[in-house]
Amino acid sequence: MSTAALTIAGCAVVTAAIKAAGPVALGGRELPTWFTSVVVLLSPALLAALVATQAFAEGDRLALDADTAGIAAGGLVIWRTESIVACVVAAAAVTALVRAL
Amino acid sequence: MGAPFAVAGCILAMSFGILAGEAGLTDVEAVIFSAIVFAGSAQFASVSIIAGGGGAGAAVAAATLMNSRFLPMSAAVGPSFSGGPLKRAAKGQTVVDASWALSSRGDGTFDEALLLGASAIAYFSWVTGTAVGAIWGDRLGDPDALGLDAIFPAFFFGLLLNELRSRRARGVAALGTALALALVPFTPAGVPVLVASLASLAGLTRRARAEVLERQEAEGEPR
Repeated sequence: MSTAALTIAGCAVVTAAIKAAGPVALGGRELPTWFTSVVVLLSPALLAALVATQAFAEGDRLALDADTAGIAAGGLVIWRTESIVACVVAAAAVTALVRAL
Repeated sequence: MGAPFAVAGCILAMSFGILAGEAGLTDVEAVIFSAIVFAGSAQFASVSIIAGGGGAGAAVAAATLMNSRFLPMSAAVGPSFSGGPLKRAAKGQTVVDASWALSSRGDGTFDEALLLGASAIAYFSWVTGTAVGAIWGDRLGDPDALGLDAIFPAFFFGLLLNELRSRRARGVAALGTALALALVPFTPAGVPVLVASLASLAGLTRRARAEVLERQEAEGEPR
């Protein structure tokens, strides 16, 4: 098998196992309060970390790049307009513009 | 509510299709990747490793680390799914960041119908977008020059702003950001994001738990 085929097969198996784990183990149960309280805060933690690492990490170092500017522009646009489509278009456009300078 | 995210997701998927082609995947491989894995960040991570000359082992490891956040996410959504274990496992496959975030009721439970519906729309736009990007993307030119790599994080920025309603959520987002950025120089990609999820343990404080109880009582939940 080629690298691509192996990667796709491996990713498919791993992703399916991870996504099945939670619902199988915890389906149909009453939630304790502490669990709920943590879950509510899980998405701000994960999403903020995803955005920050994409914006500031270049491999294993931190850097301000064209995409940092683009992502910041996208954030500004969604904050002012609440349009996710305008947000991603602005992010790409500003990144491209800064790279072209 | 999921429709604008599906449009943005489609643009995102097109950028994936283009980047996959740059990394040497065939059009068919790129589409199959999106159709059977359906996890944007993991797909971007593994394809960028292949593009950098890495092997399948490293690519799958990076994807696994990226997807590790679906463990706490799927554990969170688990109790909201109806049906037996097999059915719940199947429903778990549909969870993606956008549908997970959109279907969260903000009280720790999830709207199952909304999640499955948003996921179905997202899946369709993800696979078709990938196909469009893979097949016609090379006519657009260099993906870096077009700023396509900024689309994915901007998309998540949009999801994030929906989550920052409470002061505690903003504090947790700041802490998660700090944890992740502090780890970037020392760990492989994916680990910083996984460790950042620990910021959600701020929910264990007595005040946070009391607020959850208060909200549940205000909504008249049987408890």
